[in-house]
Amino acid sequence: MHALIQAIILGILTGGVYALMASGQTLIFGIMKIVNLAQGALVVLGAYLTYTLFTTFGLDPFLSIVITTPLLFLVGVVVQRVLIRPLRGSDVAELSLLVTFAVALAIEGALSFAYGSTLTNVQPAYANSSWTVLGFQVSVVRFVAFVLSLVLLAALYFILQRTKFGRSVRATVQNPASAELLGVNASRVSAIGFGLGAATAAAAGSVFGMLNAFNPGSHYDLISRLLTVVVLGGLGSIGGSVIAALVMGVASSIVSAEAAPIWGDFTFFVVLLLVLLLRPRGLFGARVRGAL
Amino acid sequence: MKPVGRAGLLRAGIFFLLLALIPVLGAPGWLLTTLIFTVMYAGLASSWNLVGGYAGYPSLGHVAFFGIGAYAIGLVFTNSVGSGFEPFLLLPVIGVAVGLLSIPVGWIAMRTRADVFAIVTITLLFITQTLAFNLKDLTGGAQGKSVAPPPFPVETFDWPFYYAMVVMLAIAMAISLYFRRSKIGLSLATVRADEDKAHGIGVRVTAVKLLAFAVSCGLVAMIGGVWAYYVGFIYPQFAVDPLITIGMVLMAFLGGRGTLWGPVLGAFILVPAQEYFAQTFGASELYLLAYAAVFIVIMLFLPRGILPSVSERLARRRLAARGPGESPGTDAARPVDPAVRMEAAR
Repeated sequence: MHALIQAIILGILTGGVYALMASGQTLIFGIMKIVNLAQGALVVLGAYLTYTLFTTFGLDPFLSIVITTPLLFLVGVVVQRVLIRPLRGSDVAELSLLVTFAVALAIEGALSFAYGSTLTNVQPAYANSSWTVLGFQVSVVRFVAFVLSLVLLAALYFILQRTKFGRSVRATVQNPASAELLGVNASRVSAIGFGLGAATAAAAGSVFGMLNAFNPGSHYDLISRLLTVVVLGGLGSIGGSVIAALVMGVASSIVSAEAAPIWGDFTFFVVLLLVLLLRPRGLFGARVRGAL
Repeated sequence: MKPVGRAGLLRAGIFFLLLALIPVLGAPGWLLTTLIFTVMYAGLASSWNLVGGYAGYPSLGHVAFFGIGAYAIGLVFTNSVGSGFEPFLLLPVIGVAVGLLSIPVGWIAMRTRADVFAIVTITLLFITQTLAFNLKDLTGGAQGKSVAPPPFPVETFDWPFYYAMVVMLAIAMAISLYFRRSKIGLSLATVRADEDKAHGIGVRVTAVKLLAFAVSCGLVAMIGGVWAYYVGFIYPQFAVDPLITIGMVLMAFLGGRGTLWGPVLGAFILVPAQEYFAQTFGASELYLLAYAAVFIVIMLFLPRGILPSVSERLARRRLAARGPGESPGTDAARPVDPAVRMEAAR
């Protein structure tokens, strides 16, 4: 019982970080109907940036978010402007999917060139310390990461619900044509939306680098998990993807603890198959376009 | 669909005759090795094209089946390969078995449309690789699995593998051709164009999609089997290498997906180029960057691939050459939009 509760705590904390990555993915899908296969690679890129900032300048990994987030925001905007916006034709969805895949490859290639393919890890002094609460271990890094994810998710929610930009995003998601008629600059919304998605990846990447050993090829593993979360949450619903991330975090953590860590990875695949079999639109499929 | 013209048969005949003659004419070893991989990728891209091109379902996980085929050969022929030809005889069995195995996978994955389908197939790739790493009793895990060396004479050692790859390519192309000329191809074209409408007018979309998926996966597995036998050592990261998936997709896109010769053309451009760059630069990390760059250039400037773009331009020139004599004002003489014609020719 103790082990089970411990696993659930661990799962919730991990799920929070997945939620952050997945919310960016969902935002991008909501606005542009593009499945961003580069999200995992952007997370790994964020992790490496944090790694460099930490090892070269001694900057605290959590603080480095202040630098990595705007950087990857710019990367996202550039990717959207240069690579995705010019796509034309009837199969834009398919083409953009493959373009984001190519972006993932390019990031992987550049990172392997710069850092090699050995596994690394961001190890600040407090990396292995933990608190004991009511007899349960709570890792400091995981807890702070979880809280940080919640704060950033709240910020994202605030941007979407309370700002003018957020209103234009939601309008674009609901109906791009009418949004444009009402004076929303859809192209600008798409670019900023993609940037925001990449920025969440950066923030999540800084945390990811402390929690996991990673190399440039880690993004395949990550993107498979992320996509499972996003499909489970119902593509296009941020709330759904947050809940799905927590569900998956807990489920895989329990399976890892009770069976073996490799079966924890398989939980994702099994869940994905079950969702597609039983409820292809996901747990919280956005029935109304624009639920976000 | 349109019948195969004499020109088409002649083209295919000459192509395969040339391929068959190359070893006999005394090609040097390095050329034959490059050709084995070129023909292998041509076969893989042609097989991928059955699903990704004709049906419009871009699978990013086909290498999973490649790996399964490779491990099948590795498992059966760990200790001895007899006369050396037994592994080739097992290939049809592998093809059928993997084809059948892929049906439930495809049935689940194809409940979704292109974008989510790509997601599911990527996950499939990852899962297969994880399994290959972790089912150590079966696959040897990261230590790899070896196939017994074949007792072929040194001077013609590569020949059986080369011809096996050529035969696989011929089979993949023959099936593509058959698909195009039969009702299957027509049904796949409707699935690709508008699946809901196709379903509405009574096309058996699920059956035809699954057929294409199963045949495609079976072929890829057979090619994986030949590959495993040729390289002799199977490691999870090479047998289930995302780069192989990317290669297939990229080559089909470069040459022109949904065409018979496009994937072959793509392979014959990209694989030698890749070998050349590997010789020149050496560093494998640069591959990924080069792949990504080629990929992006194709998507942005040649999204339909070389063959469709070229034939479109030819069609335009032919129309222009016909001159203004045929008045463009009347509907009958108005040039058919080449894109529409291409679609019809598929």
